[in-house]
Amino acid sequence: MTQQVNENIVDKSIKRVHKLEARGVKVFYDNFEAIKGIDMQIKANKVTAFIGPSGCGKSTFLRLFDRMNDYVDGFRMEGEILIDGENIYKKKVNVEQLRKQVGMVFQKPNPFPKSIYENVAYGLKIQGIKDKKFLKEKVEESLKQVALWDEVKDDLNKSAMALSGGQQQRLCIARTLAVEPSIILMDEPTSALDPLSTAKIEELIYELKQKYTIVIVTHNMQQAGRISDYTAFFYLGELIEYDKSKKLFTNPEKQQTENYITGRFG
Amino acid sequence: MRKIKEVFIEKSLLTSALITILVTLGIILVLSVEAVNFFKEVPIIDFLTDTQWTPLFTDKHFGIMPLLSGTLLTSFIAIAFAVPVGLSISIYISEYAPRSFRKSIKPALELLAAVPTVVYGFFALTVVTPFLQSFIPGLSGFNSLSAGLVMGIMIIPFVSSLSEDALHAVPNSLREAAYGMGSTKLQNSFRVLVPAASSGIIVSIILAISRAIGETMIVAIAAGQQPRLTMDPTVPVETITAYIVQVSLGDVEHGSLEYRTIFAAGITLFIFTFLLNTFSYKIRKKFREKYE
Repeated sequence: MTQQVNENIVDKSIKRVHKLEARGVKVFYDNFEAIKGIDMQIKANKVTAFIGPSGCGKSTFLRLFDRMNDYVDGFRMEGEILIDGENIYKKKVNVEQLRKQVGMVFQKPNPFPKSIYENVAYGLKIQGIKDKKFLKEKVEESLKQVALWDEVKDDLNKSAMALSGGQQQRLCIARTLAVEPSIILMDEPTSALDPLSTAKIEELIYELKQKYTIVIVTHNMQQAGRISDYTAFFYLGELIEYDKSKKLFTNPEKQQTENYITGRFG
Repeated sequence: MRKIKEVFIEKSLLTSALITILVTLGIILVLSVEAVNFFKEVPIIDFLTDTQWTPLFTDKHFGIMPLLSGTLLTSFIAIAFAVPVGLSISIYISEYAPRSFRKSIKPALELLAAVPTVVYGFFALTVVTPFLQSFIPGLSGFNSLSAGLVMGIMIIPFVSSLSEDALHAVPNSLREAAYGMGSTKLQNSFRVLVPAASSGIIVSIILAISRAIGETMIVAIAAGQQPRLTMDPTVPVETITAYIVQVSLGDVEHGSLEYRTIFAAGITLFIFTFLLNTFSYKIRKKFREKYE
């Protein structure tokens, strides 16, 4: 009996180690091959950073995990993307359902031109939740998680557009958290922000990894070194090196990686 | 030599701009002067409150309300038809249609606005009215319903084209945000994009109203020439514009009181469209500030 229980725990932990997985992934935009065959496994409850020069395919690769490339003209892909062992590119997958599980934070803060409250409640409202008390609690909880509550609690009905860039980006994260995803994808979330706001978001990412699996694309190598557990270096549509951040930044295996992180190109 | 040419070009451009402004001012001046002369003979209070408009009869009444109600009724029917249809089209083109289809359908829709309105008028009178009569038994040969509906068809492109531009101008980042939260296309369209584009959509509707109020041929042909204060869409009415046509084409003596009625009617119309245009200009200014 005890044996059985232990086995179950082991099974679960194996499943949970690799939250995201890519198998032989190739991406084409019309005839241009943006991703040239990538196999990769991303661990649960860790922060994984994607680095690489512009146009290396890291954003494209990130956006595969919530199927945001589906709207790009000429997009075509081969291979499989698995979340918790399920291929999310299978025909019967409900994309809307998938995106509730996989939240995304974008490069430029993109709050809806609605009130702060409506922004955070949006994801729940489109799921048909109308219970005002529940929505209110959830909005408060989410804003507290991103440490924005104290700054906006008296202005919940004000337009989100009136917030500063850093506050808008934290609002966008709160909006994502409100629907309780298990994975958060971040596409250069601090590139449009000042250093102070950047520090706040980095701190937030550090706290969020207790509960969420986080994948972050960044141009800033110091940032990748500071906040991530694992780092993947992409170059020209290929995954060049993928290792623990400490190892990759101090003792990279490949010459290309070393050239990039020491600033010799990119 | 070059400098002289530059100066010449600059001055001629300025002149063209000034001519346009002068013509507008001239129109306003003529309208005002004749309207003032009219109001010297007819008290403005009668003009606004009398419920009959019979300047061509022996028992003369000069109440603008019947003409105004005719104008508002036909315009209301047109807008009630054109806004839902036009808005649906704009959402379809902007969010659902494949890009190649979008390129060909927009000019095709705008053709609707290029059809001469006199053709629409005859279409309303000879096709739509008989068709409507087949299931609305009491419908007269001239009525505001048929004229309003056809006018609605004519102004669909005003609504759809401008609304589509407004929807299309919503930054893509908002679409991504909405999809990223798990919105369906429909939720994205109605909960995010339409509110975000609302000022542009409102402007398109105002311009459409303004166009409907000023429209002449369709209502002159299909709505009839009987000024009456009614909200019944099945009976003949007369709009302000149709009255002006009727008098202008008739044998009313120049400079007479009857002749001046068209200026009083004209200035009423002008005030309406002027207010609507100012309103839409204000909204458009606000819209520009928001996205730039």
